[in-house]
Amino acid sequence: MNTPLRMADATRSVEIRVRGRVQGVGFRPTVWRIASRLGLDGDVLNDSQGVLIRVRGVSSTIAALVEELRASPPPLAEITAIETRPCEGDLASGFVIVDSEAGVHARTEISPDAAMCSVCAAEVLDPFLRRFRYPFTNCTHCGPRLSIVRGVPYDRATTTMAPFPLCQACGAEYRDPGDRRFHAEATACHVCGPTARLIRFDGRAFSFEQHSMLDDVDAALSLIQKGEIVAIKALGGYQLACDATRPEAVALLRQRKRRDAKPFALMARDLDVVRRHATVSDAEAAALASREAPIVLLAATGPEKLPAEIAPGLQTLGFMLPSTPLHLLLLRRMGRPVVMTSGNLSDEPQLVDDAEAAAKLSSIAPYALTHNRDIANRIDDSVVRHMGAKLRVLRRARGYAPASIELPPGFEAAPEILAYGAELKATFCLIKDARAVLSQHQGDLEDALTYDDYRKNLVLYRDLFDHRPVALAADLHPEYLSAKLARATARSDNLPLVEVQHHHAHAAACLAENGRSLNADPVLAIVLDGLGYGSDGAIWGGEFLLADYRRFERLGTFKPVAMPGGAQAIREPWRNLHAHVLSEMGWPAFAMNFGELDLFAALTAKPLASVEAMIKASLNSPNASSCGRLFDAVAAALGICFDRQAYEGEAAARLEAMVSARSLEEEGDALAYPLPIPNLKGSGLPYIEPLGMWNAVFGDLILKTPAPLIAARFHKGLAKSIAAMALKLARRDEDGALPRFDTVVLSGGCFQNKVLFEQVLGRLEDLDFNVLTHSRVPSNDGGVAFGQAVIAAAHLIDAGGVRQKAS
Amino acid sequence: LSHGAGGRAMRQLIEGIFHKAFDNDWLRAGNDQSAFVVPSGRMVMTTDGYVVSPLFFPGGNIGTLAVNGTINDIAMAGAVPLYLSASFIIEEGFPLTDLEQIADSMGAASRDAGVPIITGDTKVVERGKADGVFISTAGVGMVPAGLDLRSDAARPRDAVVISGSIGDHGVAVMSKRDNLEFDTAIVSDSAALHRLVADMVAAGGAHIRLMRDPTRGGIAAMLNEIASHSKVGFHIDEEAIPLKPEVAAACEFLGLDPLNVANEGKLVAVVAPEAADAVLEAMRAHPLGLEAALIGYAVADDNCLVQMATSFGGARIVDWLSGEQLPRIC
Ligand SMILES: [Fe+3]
Ligand SMILES: [Mg+2]
Ligand SMILES: [Zn+2]
Ligand SMILES: [Zn+2]
Repeated sequence: MNTPLRMADATRSVEIRVRGRVQGVGFRPTVWRIASRLGLDGDVLNDSQGVLIRVRGVSSTIAALVEELRASPPPLAEITAIETRPCEGDLASGFVIVDSEAGVHARTEISPDAAMCSVCAAEVLDPFLRRFRYPFTNCTHCGPRLSIVRGVPYDRATTTMAPFPLCQACGAEYRDPGDRRFHAEATACHVCGPTARLIRFDGRAFSFEQHSMLDDVDAALSLIQKGEIVAIKALGGYQLACDATRPEAVALLRQRKRRDAKPFALMARDLDVVRRHATVSDAEAAALASREAPIVLLAATGPEKLPAEIAPGLQTLGFMLPSTPLHLLLLRRMGRPVVMTSGNLSDEPQLVDDAEAAAKLSSIAPYALTHNRDIANRIDDSVVRHMGAKLRVLRRARGYAPASIELPPGFEAAPEILAYGAELKATFCLIKDARAVLSQHQGDLEDALTYDDYRKNLVLYRDLFDHRPVALAADLHPEYLSAKLARATARSDNLPLVEVQHHHAHAAACLAENGRSLNADPVLAIVLDGLGYGSDGAIWGGEFLLADYRRFERLGTFKPVAMPGGAQAIREPWRNLHAHVLSEMGWPAFAMNFGELDLFAALTAKPLASVEAMIKASLNSPNASSCGRLFDAVAAALGICFDRQAYEGEAAARLEAMVSARSLEEEGDALAYPLPIPNLKGSGLPYIEPLGMWNAVFGDLILKTPAPLIAARFHKGLAKSIAAMALKLARRDEDGALPRFDTVVLSGGCFQNKVLFEQVLGRLEDLDFNVLTHSRVPSNDGGVAFGQAVIAAAHLIDAGGVRQKAS
Repeated sequence: LSHGAGGRAMRQLIEGIFHKAFDNDWLRAGNDQSAFVVPSGRMVMTTDGYVVSPLFFPGGNIGTLAVNGTINDIAMAGAVPLYLSASFIIEEGFPLTDLEQIADSMGAASRDAGVPIITGDTKVVERGKADGVFISTAGVGMVPAGLDLRSDAARPRDAVVISGSIGDHGVAVMSKRDNLEFDTAIVSDSAALHRLVADMVAAGGAHIRLMRDPTRGGIAAMLNEIASHSKVGFHIDEEAIPLKPEVAAACEFLGLDPLNVANEGKLVAVVAPEAADAVLEAMRAHPLGLEAALIGYAVADDNCLVQMATSFGGARIVDWLSGEQLPRIC
C-alpha cells in the first residue's frame, strides 16, 4: 500500500520497500550516500524481499530520496517496485547500513556478469593507482557475478573469490559505505587477489625473450602478435585467440579446433579497429559498449577485408569489445582484431576447468594465459544482431542471464514453474514471483558435458532463486533429452507436467516478452524454424498458428516434404533438394526440363535411386513442413553447402549472405518467386506451395541469372507469400467476416535471417498488422523454455492454482 | 496355401513339411506334447515371437532367426539350451516352397546348434490377418552350477565386452526392403551363441556379471536397460566398437545410428575387471568371437547415463529411443 508523500512538511517516519535486483549491486551504499546527503535519519538493510529503508525526515526530503533512487539507481540494479508506508519503530539519529541478519535468507536475484565500468577501466590504466594493470579489478558496479557464484547468499564466501582474503586496503574499501567497492564481493587487487599467468600447456619453460614484456598478460599479446594461438582463461570459460589478420594463424586454429566453417568471433581494442572491417551503426556501437558486452553481428563492409577463414561464406563479422580488465590489458597494444573463439574442441562446450583445458587445448594452443580463480559456471559470450530497427539477442548468455524478465499482466498469480526448454540451444526457465528467469544458453544436450552442465545449472538456479516448482513444462518431442529429464523428474517428484508443442512455445515466448496480457485476443503466430514435434506426431517447422497462451490452432503451414535419412537430410542439403524435386515435379520432368544444369549433373552423381526407395519405403524419411529445410534445399540448388553443411543453419546463413543490398533493391517485387497458397489434400490446410518457385529458380539457373539475384528473389518471394498467408488467414477481405486477428507474432530460428526478417516485418506492417517480434529473448530454440514456462503458467492459473494436478 | 477348405489334407501337408525338416524322435512319436527328463539344477525358459519383413534376407530368414534368437535368449543366462518349441501362424496364400525353405533352414539351424525342436503347432489365417508367416517359440535350458547372471549385477569399473561388429543384421534386413539395394554384401549376423557362451563361462565363471544379446534397439537400448537395472552408468568408446565399414556407410546413408540398429548374432557381456582379459581371450578363440572387443566400462552414475567418447574427442549421451529415430535438430 502506497502512502502519498506530498502531505504536510512535518517530520515523519517512513518505511521504503525496494524490490527487484537490488542486492549485491551496491544498493545500500547508494541509499546511504543519498540519505546522508539529504540529512535523513534511519537505516537500510537487505532482507528476504529486497532492500528495506527506514527514514525519518520531512516528507519532501523523503520523496526526494525515493525520486533519486528511481532516477539513478546503481548501474547493475533493476528496481521492479518501490512501496512506502508509515514506519512504527524508533529511529536513532544519523543514517546507518545494517548488516544482513544472520540466518535471514536473502532473496537474492543474482546479477549477470557485467562488463567493467569506465571507472575501473581507467584505474587499471593509471600507473599511479594501486590497481594499475590488475586484470581482476572490479567494483559493485561491474565485474563477475553469475560466473563465480557457487551458492547463496551471494557473498565472497560462496563465490570462487573465497580463497582470496581481502588485504588491508581492499578490506577498508569493502567496509566503507562511501566507497565504490563497499561490499563488492569480488573486489581484489595485486596484493590479495587472483593472479594471471602465462604458461606453456606442455610445461616447458619460456625463453627470456618471451617474458621480457610488461607482464604476463602483455607477453601473451606478444605471442598473439607473432602469430601464435593462445588459450585465454576468460570470465565464463576458456577462449582461443589469434591474430585475425593472419590467414595462416586463423586456418591453423580452424584445423586444430576441428571446426570446419562456423564463424569465429572477434575482439578488438576499440571501435576504431572494428570500423576498419565492419560498418557500425550507433545502435550497434552502443551494444558493443554496453555492460552486457555481447558479440554483435556486423556487416563486413569496412574498408579493410579480414581473411575469409574468419567467417567462410558470410558477409557478417561477430565483434566484441574487451569487457574484462584482462581483455582490456591484453589488447592494449593491439591495433588489429583478434579471433576470440570459445576454447573447446569441435562442438563441445567451452572448457572451464584448468586441468581439462590443459589436456584438451594443448593440442590447439601451446600457450595459455590463465589464472588461479576458478570459473564456477560456464557462460558463453552472448550474440546480438541489429535487425528491423532493434537489437535482437540471438544467444543469451554472458551479460544477460540470469536477469529476470517480468511476466505480462494476468500472470501475477503464476505459481513456481520449471520449464526444461528445447534441445540444441538448450536453456531452461523458472517462474517465480511473476517473473521468469531464463538460464544462460547451454548448447546441444546430446553432448555429455553440456548435459552435465545443464543438470548442474538446474540445481544451481534452484538454489540461487530458492525455487520450488509445483509443475514442470517440457517439449512434446519424444527424444529431446530435456523433455525426457522433465518426464522422469515429474514422475519421481510427483509433479504435474505440461507438455508444450514446440512452435506454440516459440509463439508464447514472443507474446510474453512483448508483455501481451494473459487474456488478450489470439494472434497469428508465424513460427518458422527447422523442425519441432507436432501435436499430430508429424514434424512441423514452418507454421501459422492462431495462438494465445492457452491454446493454438494450426491455420497454415509449409509444404510437408520428406527428409530422406532424417537428421542426415539436414547435414546433407542435396537430400532435401532431391526430395523437393521428387515431391514437386518428379525426376523425369526435372531431367527433361533442366537436364542441362550443372546441378542436374551434381545430383545425378548422388545415390538418387536409393534415396527415392528410402522415401517410398518410409524408411527414416519423415515428412516435415519445415521452413529451414526449404532454405537448405534452395541453398543446395545454388551450390551452397550442396554436399554437407558444417554447422546448424550454415546453408541458410550463406544463402542469406548471398543477398546483397543491391540485389535486394535492384528490382521490385515483379520477379520475386511465386509461392502460391493452395490447400493441402486431406487436412485442407492452406500451405506455401514451392513448385512455381522451383521452376523459376531452375529457369534462372539456366538463364545464368546471378546468384545474388536468385537469392534475393527467393527471400522476397517467400516473404511475400508469408504476408499473403497472413492476410488470407485474417479473413479481412472476406465480406462480413470478422478479422480473426490484428496482431502477428514472428518467432522461430529462421527469423535470425536479417533479410527474411526485415522483408516479412516490413510487408506485414504495410498491411497494418501489429507485429510482435523478439528482442530480449532469442527467436531460436534458446527462447523455447520461456514460452513453455508461460504456457504452463497460463494452464495452472486457469486450473485455479497448483495443488491440484494438471492432466 | 489356402485357409479353411482342404482342412485335414492341408494340415497334413504343412505338418509333413515341418516333421520332415525338424525330424527327431519326439516329433516322430506324434504326441501333442513331448516328454523329456529334467536334469537337476536351475532351469531357464524363454518365449519369443518373430515377425520380420522381409522374411528372407541376406544371411538368413525368419526361421533361422527364430531358432538362433531363442537359443540366444537362453544362452544369455549362461545356460545350456536343451529344447525348443515352435508354432507358426501362416497367412493364406503363402507359397509352400517358401514355407519349406523356412522349415528346412530352421531344421538345419537346430541340428547345427544341437538343440532340437520337440513340439510345435501351425495355424493358417485369412489373407491379411498375418504378414506371410509369424513364428512363436519357446525354449528351455540348464544353468551351470554357481552361475547367476542378472541384469542388475553390473558394478562400477566392470568391463563391457562385445563379441563382434554391430548393426549387421538390421542393415541386411533394411537393404532388402522395398528395392532399397545397397551396393554391398552385408549379411545378417544371425547365429546361435550358446557355444561361445559356454567358452566364456569356462573362462570367466562367476566373474561374468551378465550377458545380453543386443537385438531390437541395438546396443544403445541394451546398455541403457542394464544401466537402469544395475543403477550404474556406462562409458563406451566409439572407436573400440567393431563396425564394418560397409555397415557404417549404409547407416550413414540411411541416417541411422548403428548403436540403435539390431543384431542377431552378437552378445555383450559385463565382466568383473579382473576377468576381462580371460573372457576376451576365450571369445576371440571362438569363431563367433574373432572380433571380440572391450568397448568400455561401467561407472558410478546416479543418473544411469550411457556416454560414448566420440572420435572427435568429445562424449555424447547415448539414450534409448522412445520410438523411431527422430531428428532433434531444429
Ligand atoms: Fe525451434
Ligand atoms: Mg527375446
Ligand atoms: Zn567497476
Ligand atoms: Zn587487495
